[in-house]
Amino acid sequence: MQHRFPLRALLMATAVAIAAPAALAETPADTLVVAAQIDDIISLDPGQSFEFSGQDVVKNLYDRLVDFDPLDLDAGIKPSLAESWEVSEDGKTITLTMREGVKFHSGNPVRAEDAAWSLQRAVKLNKSPAFILNQFGFTPENVDQQVTFEGNRLILKLDQPYAQSFVLNCLASEIGSVIDKETVMAHVEGDDLGNAWLSTNDAGSGPFTLAAWKPNEAVQLAAYADYWQGAPAMQRVIVRNVQESSAQRLLLEQGDIDVARNLTPTDVEGIAGNDKLKVVDEMRGRILYMGLSQKDPLLSRPEVVQAMKHLVDYAGIEGSFLKGQWKTHQNFLPAGYLGASDENPWSHDIEKARKILTDAGITSGTVKTVVRDIPEYVNVAQTLQAAMSQVGLTLEIQQMTGAQVLDAYRARQVPIFIGEWGPDYADPNTNASTFAYNPNNADDAKLSQLAWRNSWAVPDEMNKATIAATLEGDTDKRVQMYLDIQSQYREIAPIIPMFQKIEQSAMQKNVQHWTTGGSVSSIMYRQVTKE
Amino acid sequence: MGGVALSLLLTLLGLLLVTFVIGRVMPIDPVLKVVGERATQAQYDAARLAMGLDKPLWQQFLLYLGDVLRGDFGRSISTGHPVAQDLRRVFPATLELATLGTLIGVGVGVPLGVVAAARRGGWVDQIARVVALIGYSMPIFWLGLMGLLLFYGTLGWVGGPGRQGIIYDGMVPTVTGMILVDSVIAGDWSAFRDAFSHIILPASLLGYFSLAYISRMTRSFMLDQLSAEYVTTARVKGLSETRVIWGHAFRNVLVPLITVIALSFGSLLEGSVLTEIVFSWPGIGQYITKALLAGDMNAVLGGTVVVGSCFVALNLLSDILYRVLDPRAK
Repeated sequence: MQHRFPLRALLMATAVAIAAPAALAETPADTLVVAAQIDDIISLDPGQSFEFSGQDVVKNLYDRLVDFDPLDLDAGIKPSLAESWEVSEDGKTITLTMREGVKFHSGNPVRAEDAAWSLQRAVKLNKSPAFILNQFGFTPENVDQQVTFEGNRLILKLDQPYAQSFVLNCLASEIGSVIDKETVMAHVEGDDLGNAWLSTNDAGSGPFTLAAWKPNEAVQLAAYADYWQGAPAMQRVIVRNVQESSAQRLLLEQGDIDVARNLTPTDVEGIAGNDKLKVVDEMRGRILYMGLSQKDPLLSRPEVVQAMKHLVDYAGIEGSFLKGQWKTHQNFLPAGYLGASDENPWSHDIEKARKILTDAGITSGTVKTVVRDIPEYVNVAQTLQAAMSQVGLTLEIQQMTGAQVLDAYRARQVPIFIGEWGPDYADPNTNASTFAYNPNNADDAKLSQLAWRNSWAVPDEMNKATIAATLEGDTDKRVQMYLDIQSQYREIAPIIPMFQKIEQSAMQKNVQHWTTGGSVSSIMYRQVTKE
Repeated sequence: MGGVALSLLLTLLGLLLVTFVIGRVMPIDPVLKVVGERATQAQYDAARLAMGLDKPLWQQFLLYLGDVLRGDFGRSISTGHPVAQDLRRVFPATLELATLGTLIGVGVGVPLGVVAAARRGGWVDQIARVVALIGYSMPIFWLGLMGLLLFYGTLGWVGGPGRQGIIYDGMVPTVTGMILVDSVIAGDWSAFRDAFSHIILPASLLGYFSLAYISRMTRSFMLDQLSAEYVTTARVKGLSETRVIWGHAFRNVLVPLITVIALSFGSLLEGSVLTEIVFSWPGIGQYITKALLAGDMNAVLGGTVVVGSCFVALNLLSDILYRVLDPRAK
């Protein structure tokens, strides 16, 4: 008899599995459930948060002085906590008038004092995103004098007459969030300006409050009923960390989530026939580019730089493994930005590349690329490797983790870098100052600009043009200046923009007004409804 | 027992030291994770100083050891939370999963191994061999996805990725951190059913992998016993085959088997990373791996102490059981 025992056990295990209840078919009507990769969140402090997922949360917990309208991103910056603003005659002082009657989640009123303190705090805290505000001449030492308030007006004294659009675009970024001073002051530890507490708590006036954040697990937001622009339709927003695209897809197909944010092209294609689901495409600001280090003897030859621009198979890559999620884009300003160029002059042309190289007497050579172990990047590198081999060049591909690649890149040790750059704020200067600006190409300058990391000594006139564009008050002229810089950039730069990100959010048909913030902003939930 | 305790303590200390050194010589810069890609050199230097990375290695280790003794594992740079708080959250998730997985592995694997040995070469033995072979050779990642696709996606018998359904999230007050246990404590049976429907698939998967190992080991221990003289004597004395196998041989197998089970349980506690990723299970395996890739050494060390302590505790436990069950060891 004993030989039947394991069979019975197996049958019982199966029976238990069968008896388990079926999964829920639908999410609650007043709750938005999103599956996404959110394991990059380190801090929810607006003065520190600088990762995609962290900013997505901060965006919804806090208001800023000026902001984007989630339903009309193209309209650009609009008043938010600041009702209006005026610029002094010399262009160096901006006075913003605060909206009356707005309350923080704590119930405290939002005052000009809070706005001034928030900006001062961000500068003094001096975490990664602080440079966005420091561009206006603020330092931890002088910020108390440069940023002040009078009654319900906030006064910003700038060191140069910067373009109004430049200043406002920067104030609209997450570091410009207005924080509840009284609440944070009660939680200060030592001289941390409340950083430890704010990393895991919220002190904002935004449309949502923080209900819970379990790292690598989930973020829960709850609607703020007294929100000055009206309470959001969604009472709860739950963002669950789901790493795998296939798992996100299953959850979506089963109706357990409303939105899946990280489906691979294959999985997006897989749900195409499902009439309960839809896919929303949005241009994002991220640029996939190739950096050619000018320290490398081969890559520093202008002919090689020219040839490389023709060795990339833009159309082929866009149509195959990047399908639907990246679009050919050969300029450092992403589409959607003020002054962005839509000219894409380079095409995949092996013959042309070969001619450029042979004319210059280059018929062989070996270069190395260090690629982050993300399938898309590796695929791009391999495609490039094949094209380079056709003109006699050998590409050695080395794969590393993200942290390792970044380490080497910051130390200027990557000959060919393939990777992404996301804009830091909604103004063209964000990418211009990193792609097309490098005032000091010395090894010990240790700058974070991409031009510096690729050891590219940007021509003096381009450095000057990049600075000048931040000071141009006439927006039309400013646009033209950026178009000119990009045009020259395409001619000479050894940093080659190739593709711009398209984010594909897959969701239930009833989800309306979804936006991830387009190329200029982060995700916003307050306008989302389920019908 | 004092000697045992001392050697356990030294084991833990050695574990900490080795992990610490590996962490510091790893070609990953932990400061970068803190300051991010955009930081200036001044911000970078300030963060490095704040993290104490300028001090000599031995000094860093002593400082760390002092903190650990006070129960402070420091703050994780990849979650922003204190490591101790993170561990209280992620460890019960893994413990729950590994315990259920081991129960399944033992419940099925041991009888399967016994019968396979008793009927050596018979069809049960053949099936057991195939089951074990698949268990050894199939990538857990793929099997997990297929399981999800079939039992969750197509049949809808079990819950999807995650520990709970969305509407149950945070409904049961946290006592042990193990949702099955907590929902029983709260008397919330619908939450229990929901949690059970989510855990059963990943636990079965882990159970399957451990049963593949446990059944093979059980089989080979049993074969040793069955060829022993006392079994022949028992048979000659006319005892029924059932009594020979379960009453005599199996009792002797139990002793070495306990070590096997303890080891298997221990490996589920630290080695179920892929399962945790496929099933979005926020456990300690996933936690340590992510921390390691980010160069987040406080989190790695904290996690290592917990997993290491578990191994040490399991070893101690199997030692004790060994003494209890094996009269010769007394």
